[in-house]
Formats: sequence, structure tokens, C-alpha cells
Amino acid sequence: MTDHTGPSAIDTQKEPSLLANFWSGFVHAMKSNPLTAFAMALFSLFVIAAIFGEAIAPYDALATSTDTLQPPSWAHPFGTDQLGRDVLSRTIVAARVDFGIAIAAVSISFVLGLGFGAAAGYFGGWTDRLVGRMVDTIMAFPLFVLAMGVVAALGNTVWNIVYATAIINLPFYIRFARAEVNSRRDAGFVEAARLSGNISARILAVHLVPNILPPMMVQVSLNLGWAILNAAGLSFIGLGVRPPTPEWGIMVSEGANYIFSGEWWIFFFPGAALVLAVFCFNLLGDGLRDIIDPKGRT
Amino acid sequence: MIKLIAKRFLSAVPSLIGVIIVTFVISHTLPGDPAAYFAGPSATAESIAETKARLGLDQPLPAQFVTYVGDLVQGDLGRSFNSGQPVLTDLVRRLPASFELTLYALLFAIVVAVPLGLWAAVNPGSWIDHLCRGTVTAAAAFPSFFTALVLIFVFYYKLGWAPSPIGRLAIYFPVPPTVTGFFTIDALIAGDVGTARAALGQLVLPAISLGLFALAPLARMTRASMIGVLGSEFITTARAEGLPRRKILWTYGFRNALLPVVNILGMIFSFLLGANVLIEQVFGWPGIGTYAVEAVLTSDYAAIQGFVVMMAVLYILLNLGVDILNMIVDPRVRYDD
Repeated sequence: MTDHTGPSAIDTQKEPSLLANFWSGFVHAMKSNPLTAFAMALFSLFVIAAIFGEAIAPYDALATSTDTLQPPSWAHPFGTDQLGRDVLSRTIVAARVDFGIAIAAVSISFVLGLGFGAAAGYFGGWTDRLVGRMVDTIMAFPLFVLAMGVVAALGNTVWNIVYATAIINLPFYIRFARAEVNSRRDAGFVEAARLSGNISARILAVHLVPNILPPMMVQVSLNLGWAILNAAGLSFIGLGVRPPTPEWGIMVSEGANYIFSGEWWIFFFPGAALVLAVFCFNLLGDGLRDIIDPKGRT
Repeated sequence: MIKLIAKRFLSAVPSLIGVIIVTFVISHTLPGDPAAYFAGPSATAESIAETKARLGLDQPLPAQFVTYVGDLVQGDLGRSFNSGQPVLTDLVRRLPASFELTLYALLFAIVVAVPLGLWAAVNPGSWIDHLCRGTVTAAAAFPSFFTALVLIFVFYYKLGWAPSPIGRLAIYFPVPPTVTGFFTIDALIAGDVGTARAALGQLVLPAISLGLFALAPLARMTRASMIGVLGSEFITTARAEGLPRRKILWTYGFRNALLPVVNILGMIFSFLLGANVLIEQVFGWPGIGTYAVEAVLTSDYAAIQGFVVMMAVLYILLNLGVDILNMIVDPRVRYDD
């Protein structure tokens, strides 16, 4: 392909330098923005907890004991709950469920959103109108309410929480991908690829999608925090994850009953973990944007 | 002008149709058989079939859809299993509680976020700018239900400043006669300052936990919009003319910067109405949020369907209202299309 036309040759030359730029930009951003470095470290901790949860946790997250409602101490840094389970262990093990739901949901909406959005932006016409209507319909609902309805309709399981969260995230990806593809549709390198006989699907997959991936990744990072909040909110009201399973939203909801007798540690620590996780994703998203789009920095 | 409003109104119709289709699909895929429920626990297969025929559930789906739309047009949202009342009656009775809470939350968010955003915009890069950014990022990370529980623990359990966080009014206060449905306003109309104060006291914690949620988008928008306006040419001209700083900031800057902020208020309001569900759950608030959660947990399908339709219609109307307001306030919008 490189020997065909000027514009596409320039296009292929761009790619390695983009990667190199990304890396130097990454290092620079980490140095210049300690918050991003901090978020990165925090994120690694969460990932370790999500992967090796049971191995790190000092106790079995499901094992009950007679030490019920113990305040934080050396033996139980986060205290114990109404069934004598260790809150620290449960908070650590819960990371896998929460991260799992968020990552699965965001992956689904990323893939579908990229597909629908890129097609709408590239083809325009009735494809665009159809996809646009779909987005408008989803956006016409208060999103958390729609998620509740979807879980209620599909049945009360963890996977349905994933689907519900994916559906309400979908419009943002579709809109984003559509706008990004639309603005590049008539760019020189696309025109060149078209003239050299590439079919639309190939132009989309090889020329357009790779170009819009970096800004999409920023969206993903900002979205993960929101997805976690949503999933936790759903399980807080009793949808999805079932009680003995450790999950932050449900732990907060169980702990809420003990506030009025002063046992704050049951709801506080899982809630704090939730806040930290969301905060970490949001910081990462901002940091990622600084790397990818230095002009967007304020 | 009227033509434009009508055009905007018409453009909301497809969304409305989409919403109605989606809620129909959702409600008809709900688990559980409503006919078996209505027929009662001692029902035989025959009486279930009979109930099914009476409810029209034996009809093919398209026919059911037509009936459903017909009922909707007449304002009939069906009957709730839980309360035995028509869903519309339930929702209308509970709506003022949710509205009051949401409005106070919005008020709190505006009072905090707009000055913060403006202050940050006037001093970009200063400590106040960083404070604004930090607050905004932190506020966006707090799940509203968690904030609510922390506030209850600190201000009710530890400090004892807040009243018992259950419901709209403590039992020993009389419920004011309904005029607007807002307890704080109704009590004032009735001349009962004590009850008004008590109702306001009940509102503080839930309104703050809900309002924190709206803080981030509002402050961010205000800051960005003010920075944009302050960088534009008419401000430079005003500066060159030697106008006093106060006049430049308020008369020229602030008023123009507010336009996009007003523009997103409708979105934020409906966003809050949705987020309300969780807050109402925590505070035992007798609004439409608790009603919906109960309905979802017990598969009360008419209630869920009614709630979702009403929320979506409210959302569409709100956005429509904001757009129309925007056309009236900002002449440029009118000439855009």
C-alpha cells in the first residue's frame, strides 16, 4: 500500500512516531503530574487485590465467627461485621467482583459503541439516522432508572448488571466514535485509501478506527469509574450480587443498618474503597487525556 | 419563534415513541406471571387463564401494544400490585416529595458550584483553581448513597445536629395542608414556621448528598464557560475601553457565561431525579424513587413501567423546556437553524 499514493505513505510513517510520542509523553506526564503517578500506583494496588484477592486477604471472606461487630483492631484492621466476618478481607476480595463488572460492561459498550458509532459516522444517511434514534431513545431515560428497569426485566443476576451498565454507557461511545469518524471521513488519507480500491469495511477497520482509539481510551478510563458507581448503586438497592458474596455496594448497604448503633466500620471501609477506586479511574482518565491531547489540558 | 418551538416540540416525538416501545418491551419481559398474581394464591389453571383473558394478556403482543398505547394516551398506567392503587395516583402523590428534594439539591449545587467555578475562572492556575479542580474530582468520585451514610453518621449519630434521618417530617409535626406539595412551602403558607423549619431540617442531609453529585458538572461548566467568555474579543474591547473590572466581570462576563450553564441545568435536574432513587432509599424518603425500588424488587410490573415512562416523559419535557427558555434568553439560538 505504501507505494500507491503520497498521503497514505505519510499516514503509515506517522504510526511509529505516535507510539514513541506516547511513551515520552507518558513519562513526562507522570513526572509533571504527580497525581497521575499516584493514581497509577493506586490502580496497581487495586489490580493486585482483584487478581490475588483470596491470597492477600488475612481471613476467609465468607467465614463467619463469634467475634461479631468488633471495632477495628490489630487483629481486624477494618473490624468485623454482624456475622463476625473480617471486613478487610471482604473489602479486598470484593475488588474482583466490582472491577470485573465494570471492565466487562465497559468492554461491551466500547466494542458495540465503536462499531455502531464508526458505521454511523462513516456511512451517514439512514445508518446514521437509525443509530441516532437508538442513542436518543437510551438518552431519553434517566440512566440509572433505565439500568434498574433492564435488570428487573432480564432477571436479577450479576451478568444482567453488566448488560444494564453496558447499555447505559453505550450512547457515550457511539456519539464519540461517530463524531471522531465523521470528522475524518473526508480526510486525505481516507480519500487516498478509497481511491486505491479499499472497500469501506477495510477503510474503517484499518484507517479510521486506529486513529480514533487513543481518544476513545480516555473515554474508557473516565467511564470505568462511572460504571463501578453504577454497578455498586444497583447492588446497593438489592439488585444483582447476592448477599454472602463480598461486593462493595452490598457491603455498604448491609453496614447501613448498623450506623444507628455506632458500628460505622462495616459500611465505611467498603464505601471508602469504592470512592478510592472511582477517584483513581477519574484521575487516570484526566492524566491519560493530558498525554494524548496536550491541548485539552487546562 | 412559535414555529421554532413547535419544531423543537415535534423533534421530541421520536424519542417519546422510542421510550414507549422500550418500556413496553421491558415490562413484557419481566419475570413472573401477572395473571397468576392477580388471580390470587389459591387460583387454578382455569382461573389464571380467565384472569389472563380479562387483563388482555392472552392477546398477541402487537394487539397488547395497541391497547397499552391507548391506555397511555388516556393517562392509564395500570394498577400496582403492591398498593392496589392506580399507578398514576401513586406516582402523582409521591412526586412532590421527590421534586422538593431534587430542587433543594439543585439549589445547593448551584450555590456552591457557580461561585466556585467563577472564582476559579477569574484566577486560573491559582490555589483557588486547584481547590475547585480537587473538589470537583473528589465530589464526582463519591457514590451518593455512601456520602449520605457518612453524613448521617457524623451529623445525626455523632454530633446530633441533624434530625432523625427518616422521612420528610418527624411524626410529632402536623403535615401541612397541601397546596404545592412541598412541605417547606406549604407549612409557610399555613403560617406554621416550626413545621417549615422541621421540614427543612429533614431536607438538609439528603439534599446535600444528592447535590454533591451535581457539583462536578456544574462547576466544571461554569469555569470553562467563564474562561471562554473572558478570552473573547468583546471582553478585550471592554478592557481597552477602560471599563472598571467589576463591570467587565459581572455585566459582560458573568451574564454571557451563564448561558451554557442554564443550558445544562435541565440535564442536571433530570440526572438528579434519577440519582434520587438511591438517596430516597437511604433516607426512607416517600418519593417516587423508593416506590420504584420496591416495585423492581417485587416485580410489580405496572408500577415499574409507569415509573419509567413518567421519568422519561418528564426528562423529555424538561429538556424541551430548557431549550425553549434558551431560545427566549439567547437570541443567537433562534437564528442558528
